[in-house]
Amino acid sequence: MTYVAQTPEQIRGLIAKAKRWDVIFVALGIIALGIGLLTFVALFLDMLIDGWARLRPEFFTQFPSRRAGQAGILSAWVGTTLVMLVTAAVAVPLGVAAGVYLEEYAPKNWVTDIIEINITNLAGVPSIVYGLLALGLFVYAFGLGQSIRTAGLTLALLILPVVIVATREAIRSIPGMIREGAYAVGATKWQTTKDHIIPYSLPGILTGVIIGMSRAIGETAPIITIGALTFIAFLPPSPVSMDFPFLSFEWLKAPFTVMPIQMFNWTSRPDEAFHANAAAAGTILVFMTLAMNGLAIWLRYRLRKNIKW
Amino acid sequence: MESASALGAPVGARVPAMVSERLAKKFSRNLKERAIEALLFFAASVSVLTTVGIVYVLVKESVVFFTQVSLWDFLTDTQWTPLFDDAHFGIMVLLSGTITSSAVALLVAVPLGTTIAIYLSEFATPRAREIAKPILELLSGVPTIVYGYFALLFVTPILQKLIPGLPGFNLLSAGIVMGIMIVPLVASISEDAMRAVPMSLREGSFAMGATRLQTAINVVFPAALSGIAAAYVLGISRAVGETMILAVAAGMQPNLTFNPMEPAATITAFIVQVALGDLPHGSVGYQTIFAAGLTLFLLTLVFNLIGLWMRKRFRQAY
Repeated sequence: MTYVAQTPEQIRGLIAKAKRWDVIFVALGIIALGIGLLTFVALFLDMLIDGWARLRPEFFTQFPSRRAGQAGILSAWVGTTLVMLVTAAVAVPLGVAAGVYLEEYAPKNWVTDIIEINITNLAGVPSIVYGLLALGLFVYAFGLGQSIRTAGLTLALLILPVVIVATREAIRSIPGMIREGAYAVGATKWQTTKDHIIPYSLPGILTGVIIGMSRAIGETAPIITIGALTFIAFLPPSPVSMDFPFLSFEWLKAPFTVMPIQMFNWTSRPDEAFHANAAAAGTILVFMTLAMNGLAIWLRYRLRKNIKW
Repeated sequence: MESASALGAPVGARVPAMVSERLAKKFSRNLKERAIEALLFFAASVSVLTTVGIVYVLVKESVVFFTQVSLWDFLTDTQWTPLFDDAHFGIMVLLSGTITSSAVALLVAVPLGTTIAIYLSEFATPRAREIAKPILELLSGVPTIVYGYFALLFVTPILQKLIPGLPGFNLLSAGIVMGIMIVPLVASISEDAMRAVPMSLREGSFAMGATRLQTAINVVFPAALSGIAAAYVLGISRAVGETMILAVAAGMQPNLTFNPMEPAATITAFIVQVALGDLPHGSVGYQTIFAAGLTLFLLTLVFNLIGLWMRKRFRQAY
């Protein structure tokens, strides 16, 4: 930067020259964004085309099979649904409670600091390490086996940081006057939390839960690590029965497979006929996660627009 | 403060009898409040228990492992054949795969992510940003197994046409796809860092006749450097811990190489490979995955801590 410009015209010329680079960079930025976006479109279209022939109603009602043309994802989607039920049942209450504690109750001391550092760190632990935790602790030490409940618990721990962070952010946006108003009419801390803080932060919490669940649906590594089987040609016992007591929780202990594992199994087979099945399963998986993420983003967008304290 | 404490206890005649009676139930009311607080505290401490559990499981099995394999061999052996009769346990072999694939991923993610971040933070209109950010978020929500499928059956065939002799499993295609996967992460943290740079710095630069790009590169980028570096470091941590893309597209053959054109197993792919097989609980093979897992955990922990520390630093700057 040692040039000496004499006249305003020369300076303007220099700036105009530099501004040309602005335009070039904008083009670069759009290209970079486009690469990300195009990759995604290519990925989705490629899978849709490869798997289109398999996306028929039978695909959802058949068990996996040695013959690619007859294989379906019945046990996989049932397994995914049941595992997600366990995950949600564990992660939502725990995550919301932890978030409420940290925002509303926690004193400023070293215990709280440790909890907070832990949550940030846990969010960065690779998912496969959670699988090892589950293998060592849930499967062998607690004797829960390679079952739906083990998988559900593992994924619940995995998405817990997501739910906690979402809950905290939602609670933080509630102004203090709401709490003061409740205290002023004699409410206790828990009454304030239960009747005001949690209901008002519900949409934000819901966003976090949906994002967490969409992450759990696609997780493969931890489930493989706990030893889920890849070939399951039966369904877990039904949770509802005709005999007393009508509700059965035997399914929690059943072996299982889930969508991403089924897809992994088909992808890693050398026989190309199975790749079409993998593509079809992948299309469904992408569609599900996209729908969930889209819903969460839309919820958040609406939330930001509508709420005015 | 006086009035607040008076509320809890029955006070004089001016408070109606019923109200004072209800507020007087201090004991049960307090007990319930305390119980709930304890319950909430327990929920919050589950995260600490998880960390303790992870460290406990990994260390416990690794200790058994290291009574049979010396730490020196683990760190210096150049072969990784834990399941053979002539067993070797050189973690370097798996680390080379992890390092090479992560390097490829970073070569993709850093330029793309940084360009996107500068564009979104310094050039894009608010409307364009409003559209681009959710799309990037959607991209990062795609399951990694789907990216693995894409790497093996879409990217690898294309690369094989460009580079003749490229094997069907290779670190290059897995690394490239992994890079694209972490672009949203790098872009969004870098963008946050650059947007946190105060407007006055930009205005000062514009006043001197600098263009947007000159301001972005010479003023905003250096000011946000620690946050951007944090984005890179967290990106590395993501790449090191990534499992399915590598297990599917890079092969599961242990291979001491830094050449991305070759197939090689990473630490994560090895764990998947062992977990897919039938290893008896308590065997050396079973313990190796915990030793490998401990290595992985420590690696990502170091990167995460560096990343978080850098992020904190830029937050405090202004």
